[in-house]
Amino acid sequence: MTIPVHPGPWTAAAMIAAIVLSSTAGEVLTAAAMKSIGDLDVIRARAGMKGAIRAVVTCPLFFAGVSFLALAFFALLFALNHLNLSLVAPASASLTLVTNAVAARIFLKENVDRRRWTAAVLVCVGVYFLAH
Amino acid sequence: MVAHHTLSPRRYMILGLVAVCAPLGDTCLSRGMTRLPPITLAHPGTLIAAVFTPWIALGIALLIGFFASYLTALSWADLTFVLPATAFGNVIVALLSRFWLQEAISMQRWAGIVLITLG
Repeated sequence: MTIPVHPGPWTAAAMIAAIVLSSTAGEVLTAAAMKSIGDLDVIRARAGMKGAIRAVVTCPLFFAGVSFLALAFFALLFALNHLNLSLVAPASASLTLVTNAVAARIFLKENVDRRRWTAAVLVCVGVYFLAH
Repeated sequence: MVAHHTLSPRRYMILGLVAVCAPLGDTCLSRGMTRLPPITLAHPGTLIAAVFTPWIALGIALLIGFFASYLTALSWADLTFVLPATAFGNVIVALLSRFWLQEAISMQRWAGIVLITLG
């Protein structure tokens, strides 16, 4: 797929969405991985530092999470090759906060308070202005 | 929880690094990537090769610096204390992209950045 020198709004949105979605997937999977591994202090007391490291690196969820985080980084590089930093950096960072809140609620069953949802709405409005 | 007036100079410096390293790192990444020819999805290997260029490598080093100072700050302060430092990074990114990368930023984009920082 060839990308024009000045990408249109939908292409730009797709590039930013790739960063945001892979960041959130990575962070949610990593959080889920650490939760499934359990208290690292307990593991370290039982099996030492090596045991703690082994517990982390042998967890498939952890590898999935790190892979998505790596994908997010390359998606960022790709976007920066085509778009201005003043659009990509705030848009991706702020939208990731919003999608993290949504994903944490749905997948990790975390409670997200009203102040955080209000902040998320503010952020979305801000991103709208950012893009124009 | 750390009260504002008990911060040592060293801890102010760590918070300063938290605010500044990520924007500087992103700016270096942007500078590195815009100097490369347009990358297409047909050749993803070029993205991996890009990591080894000087500006990208410097950007990665700065982002690692941000992560280290962020974790350090979190070890002695609450997240609600450290987050404003990271939020202010949005403004620093805007200033760096305007004055170092020479990007044009419309009034609407500035308004968006303010709203996001407030959020």
